[in-house]
Amino acid sequence: MSSNKKYWKSVEELNENSPVVEKLRQNEFVEEIPTDKFLGDKDSLESSATSRRDFLKFVGFSTAAASLAACEGPVTKTIPYVVQPERIVPGVANYYATTMADGFDFASVLVKTREGRPIKIESNKLAKASLGANARVHASVLSLYDNKRLKRPQIDGEDVSWEELDRQVGGALRSVGGQKVLLTSTMASPSTSKLINEFSAKYANVKHVVYDAISEDAALDAYQMKYGTRALANYDFSKAGVIVSVGADFLADWQAGGNDVSYAKSRIPKNGKMSRHIQFEGNMTQTGAKADKRVPVKPSQQKAVLAAIYGYIVGGAKSNLSPRLDDIVVKAVRQLRDAGSKAVVVSGITDVNAQLLVLAINDALGSEVMDKSNPKLVRQGNAKQVQQLIKDMNAGNVGALMVAGVNPAYSLPNVEAFKAGLRKVDVSIAFSMKKDETAKLCKYIAATSHYLENWGDVQLTKKDFSLMQPTIRPLFDTRQFQDTLLKWSGSETNYRDYIKQTWSGSISSWNEALHDGVFEASSPVVSEEELGAVATPNYSTALRDLATSEESEFELTLYTKVGMGDGQQANNPWLQEFPDPLTRVSWDNYLVISKADADKLDLENPTVSNGALNGSYVNLKVGDNVVKNVPILIQPGQAKGAVGLALGYGKKEAVQKEMQVGVNAYPLYKDFNAFQNVTIEKADGIHEFACVQLQSTMAGRDDIVKETTLEIFNTEDKHHWNPTPEVDYDHNEISVREEKASLWNEFDREIGHHFNLSIDLNACTGCGACVIACHSENNVPVVGKDEVRKFRDMHWLRVDRYYSSADTFKQEQKDLEDLPAFETYDKIENASYDNPEVAFQPVMCQHCNHAPCETVCPVAATSHGRQGQNHMAYNRCVGTRYCANNCPYKVRRFNWFLYNENEEFDYHMNNDLGRMVLNPDVTVRSRGVMEKCSMCIQITQKTILDAKRDGRVVGDDEFFTACSRACDQGAMTFGDINNKNSEIVEKKNDERMYHLLESIGTKPNVMYQTLVKNTGDL
Amino acid sequence: MEKVNTRHSILRLLLISIVVLFSFSQNLLAQDEAAPADQEESADAKAAASSAGGDAAKGKELFNSLCASCHKRYKRSTGPALNGVTSRHDKDWLYRWVKNSQALIAAGDAEAVAIYEEFNETAMTPFPQLSNEDIDNILAYVEQPKPEPTANVQANAGGGESSGGGVSSDIILGVLAFVLLLLVVVLVLVNKTLNRFAAASGVQVQEKESRKPIWKAFVENQFLVIVTAVFLLLAGGYFVYGYLMQVGVDQGYAPVQPIHYSHRIHAGDNEIECKYCHSSARVSKTSGVPSLNVCMNCHKSISEVADASSPNTSVTEEYSKEFYDGEIAKLYDAVGWDPSTQSYTGESKPVKWVRIHNLPDFAYFNHSQHVSVAGVMCQECHGPVEEMEIMRQYAPLTMGWCINCHRKTNVKMEGNEYYEKIHDELSKKYGVETLTAAQMGATECGKCHY
Repeated sequence: MSSNKKYWKSVEELNENSPVVEKLRQNEFVEEIPTDKFLGDKDSLESSATSRRDFLKFVGFSTAAASLAACEGPVTKTIPYVVQPERIVPGVANYYATTMADGFDFASVLVKTREGRPIKIESNKLAKASLGANARVHASVLSLYDNKRLKRPQIDGEDVSWEELDRQVGGALRSVGGQKVLLTSTMASPSTSKLINEFSAKYANVKHVVYDAISEDAALDAYQMKYGTRALANYDFSKAGVIVSVGADFLADWQAGGNDVSYAKSRIPKNGKMSRHIQFEGNMTQTGAKADKRVPVKPSQQKAVLAAIYGYIVGGAKSNLSPRLDDIVVKAVRQLRDAGSKAVVVSGITDVNAQLLVLAINDALGSEVMDKSNPKLVRQGNAKQVQQLIKDMNAGNVGALMVAGVNPAYSLPNVEAFKAGLRKVDVSIAFSMKKDETAKLCKYIAATSHYLENWGDVQLTKKDFSLMQPTIRPLFDTRQFQDTLLKWSGSETNYRDYIKQTWSGSISSWNEALHDGVFEASSPVVSEEELGAVATPNYSTALRDLATSEESEFELTLYTKVGMGDGQQANNPWLQEFPDPLTRVSWDNYLVISKADADKLDLENPTVSNGALNGSYVNLKVGDNVVKNVPILIQPGQAKGAVGLALGYGKKEAVQKEMQVGVNAYPLYKDFNAFQNVTIEKADGIHEFACVQLQSTMAGRDDIVKETTLEIFNTEDKHHWNPTPEVDYDHNEISVREEKASLWNEFDREIGHHFNLSIDLNACTGCGACVIACHSENNVPVVGKDEVRKFRDMHWLRVDRYYSSADTFKQEQKDLEDLPAFETYDKIENASYDNPEVAFQPVMCQHCNHAPCETVCPVAATSHGRQGQNHMAYNRCVGTRYCANNCPYKVRRFNWFLYNENEEFDYHMNNDLGRMVLNPDVTVRSRGVMEKCSMCIQITQKTILDAKRDGRVVGDDEFFTACSRACDQGAMTFGDINNKNSEIVEKKNDERMYHLLESIGTKPNVMYQTLVKNTGDL
Repeated sequence: MEKVNTRHSILRLLLISIVVLFSFSQNLLAQDEAAPADQEESADAKAAASSAGGDAAKGKELFNSLCASCHKRYKRSTGPALNGVTSRHDKDWLYRWVKNSQALIAAGDAEAVAIYEEFNETAMTPFPQLSNEDIDNILAYVEQPKPEPTANVQANAGGGESSGGGVSSDIILGVLAFVLLLLVVVLVLVNKTLNRFAAASGVQVQEKESRKPIWKAFVENQFLVIVTAVFLLLAGGYFVYGYLMQVGVDQGYAPVQPIHYSHRIHAGDNEIECKYCHSSARVSKTSGVPSLNVCMNCHKSISEVADASSPNTSVTEEYSKEFYDGEIAKLYDAVGWDPSTQSYTGESKPVKWVRIHNLPDFAYFNHSQHVSVAGVMCQECHGPVEEMEIMRQYAPLTMGWCINCHRKTNVKMEGNEYYEKIHDELSKKYGVETLTAAQMGATECGKCHY
């Protein structure tokens, strides 16, 4: 029976006579549809000649045309070489050894080229100098194909030919009076030094000033005072037994970086021994995260701590630390003493006194960790000379300024003084790859080439040299700095011959050196005149000065991020999208602040409804310099009163709009001192972060990161600290590794290759070189900040970071067991803000032998290979995303959009230049398909094919993946477990071995090595 | 009914006659295979008799074995054209030059130095082993006058005739069509006349009794309708599926290339090994379109094809010598080679070939795996390339085609150390001596899609 109920939409309707009701009844829509808005105004619509019929005709025609066009396949052209170069075989990669040296990053690298295009950077395993290729070095290949590069020289903003530039500049340099100053980055190149000397001889009154955007002056000056050479101490942490670091983020960019390789070696327990690492620091850093004992102390106190250590070891002033801190220092000192020559103290305090004390302490300890005979020469900047130059410029003493490889108009703390001075310089020349802040202000721009297009020689340390050779012809009409200088010096030789000549007497074989890329020698060029008389070190004054540093409410530590460094590669989308190892935030810099301080200032870091992270803004003030609208990020483990901000962001010139992110912190870098007293005030508004990991703890689960202490590791049975999960079978507990525990039948894996990847959590420093290597090997797209904010990042390999919710991970597990269920959430889901333990864990597709993703794919797009890989056929995938839902490791990535040739994602895959970096052996995925780590099957297949072609067995450790090759630390080992001589078999049988979430029985082919911390009696 | 029958027989007759006529015209076309006489030999013999100084036949032998790599008789090559050399230099000088040209140049002989400089200071190999008589023989051979292109004209005439045959068959067809049309008209007329006669003479043309039309009967029979509908649907489905499955399959694709390169001549007539030009097939995933310098390895000295009179000519009826020579000229133009001065001009124009085999981006294929490791003949996938005048895609290049082969083909393991262990283990597992590629895992998705 039908109902006669009357339904009404509003009370008004009950009133029969209401005019409103009547009106609504007449109108279909409550409000008039704003047709004009989407149809254009009525007049223009009427005046248009296109009628509705015409429109339909057009639609019909275009549909027909489109479908007709679709019937015919496109005609593909192929253009062979006219004369094929002897060494190039299409389809076969060539490798060249060269060197990255951009003034901030120095590394010996191997460059993979295909058909003459560099497509990937790998570190050169022949290199002895401990400067591994970090994430930025791996990403530098993309900067070669940067669309914003200068294409040819310019004068006053107009493109000119090189002849014209040479003529005009030559004339100007000859006629101009006053000083002619070359302001360069650290070149660390013997040939360039020689060349600059010759240039100086040709034009009178030439001065060479070296400027490092991130200054290491304190360390350089201290080293010079103590050892007579302006250089950086070269530490080999693999020899270290006890490492005490006071504010030194030595696993990142501290003192030119590259220490993580030797550090990782000392961290793997061998014969029950590993190094002990104690870290005093303000910001939570990668180094602190790896430490056995981390003590959060603000910068002013770090100085006191260092002074106290000096006092206890060398003698002198008494410690004025709080009893609690003093107790820790005393313990640390005892450890140092016990370790004797295997002990080392390092410090990141940018104060010459502090650096002097560090050298003295190490000297007193008789530390053999520091190699005095072979110091690093990759920082030569001199801040005093730079400041003097700015004064000279403003005084009108400088006639010509040649800026090469640096961008002072962006990176100087006193930019305005520099700009004012530059206006008084008659001849300003920029040698630059980009039309950056400085180049824009210069009259002449000599467009320089990328290091992959250049020749060069680099002196990494006193004894270790590395050669640079071009891997591609200059893409544009550019010329490298040295060639231009040679020309202006009136020389006819090119720089290649010049280097060859420099080295003619010093190395036995040029070709061999070029092939290897690295060689040991002594420099054939006498370094530039020593900088005046060197002050003799006075330790007692140093100690006094250090101990009496003023304290402030907020002390800022300026640091560089692993992804961005000093900001030279700001236009590199791989690096922008690279998540910070600790905060896991990409596309931004921010002020890291402790929870207590944030509460005090009423700052917050809320997670909004779509799961993304937001942050309050603050204004920062150092002296007269103010940086406005800096977003904040509450960092667990941050020392109270200490805040941190990364340099290298906020660049605007020659940076694509999408990548003009973050704030420029250089104005706060007063006197090139990384420690600044700062005042913070809250600003309006809220910042939107693109953070890829908001889950900050493991919530008490022990089969994600397994962690133990060296003591337990040495004394207890494996089942105690690394138990294999057990499952119930026939009312008995059996190991999940037993065959009957599984629902599925085992594949036969005894025959042929079976690949496994081992990740040693002890050696992993979270540096992320593997992430970028994976990016470049596998054509992983960049999705942009907005998409990352929606967790649509495409990284096949991520490095998860976990904080402990209690002081330690063990305590966290105990809390989970002990606390009542309702109280656990708050307790174990939130990181401990005071001083949590931290663990890094690289996670990629685990290539499960019993893969949950395979069973749910409706079209069998993902299937299992006999060699252990979980295959993904993109062309078969229809994008149901069942597999991603069923993956317990969440390693599958879905292409929500077309990320190549799409204006909406205007990164390197959207222009012809950027696409040159793509690996031709790997498919560029399209919209709507799932993708994931393939365990670099293209590389393993190639290794097998090479062996087959040569008719030989594959070598013991011949197999590799992009990530395992990028990991200089040796944290990632890849190999064939059916080859009993392979290193991976050793790893598989290691007591520390476990699988991620093993209890669910997926039987992954990726394994992890339990994290062992040497906490001992700390 | 009878009438219907007769009408049918008429139609059948017409069809048969058309078929017969067509087969005749085919015969006409097939007739003209002309066997050109071997004229050069006789011309040679004649010339040998006429030339006084030496034996041209012996000279030819010597010329071909010693001189031909650098000299041509009538055309400049690495060295000068030799025809007319006796008029340019005296005999004694020639003897000395041939036996040791470098000595002559070193001695400062003006003539010798001039030649040496003209030819980019390329030293001629000395031939001290040749006697004066041998040299006379060679000279006799090279001094034979260039054979007049009479044979060529003849050959062309033959070609003309044959093409005339083609034209005439067209005419015959036209005439036949006209005749047929006439017949139809006549028949219609006759029928009309007969009807008129019948009407005039009062003969009753038997009226057909009106039966239910067959289509109506069909429509009313529901069973038949359903069966037919099902049949039509199935047939439709079959053809639509067949049509759709060939979308994107470019089997037989033979695009016009910027330079007409004949695999028939190179791989067929001259038996050049495929991998001589496609050298990267041995080591790389691509077989590689040969770069132009590879062409010039041979074409530096081969600037024209042998004409039709030669026993080993490559000229066919369809493609004349002029045509092929023109294509070689295109190569010279592209690579920047000046045949008159025998030197590179330095101005090259890369050739934009049309790619024939286009695998989709998501399918990985490696030539070296198949060519070097498996020892698969190129022809297995590319077909009888040595017979293809115009290169075409022989295989469908579909996934099914790949997989079928992987299932059937045994892996070539002999003598390859890589396979030894795997072979032992796998053959034990499967209990067989030979293993197919599929058994080795060559049908796994990830082996070709990544």
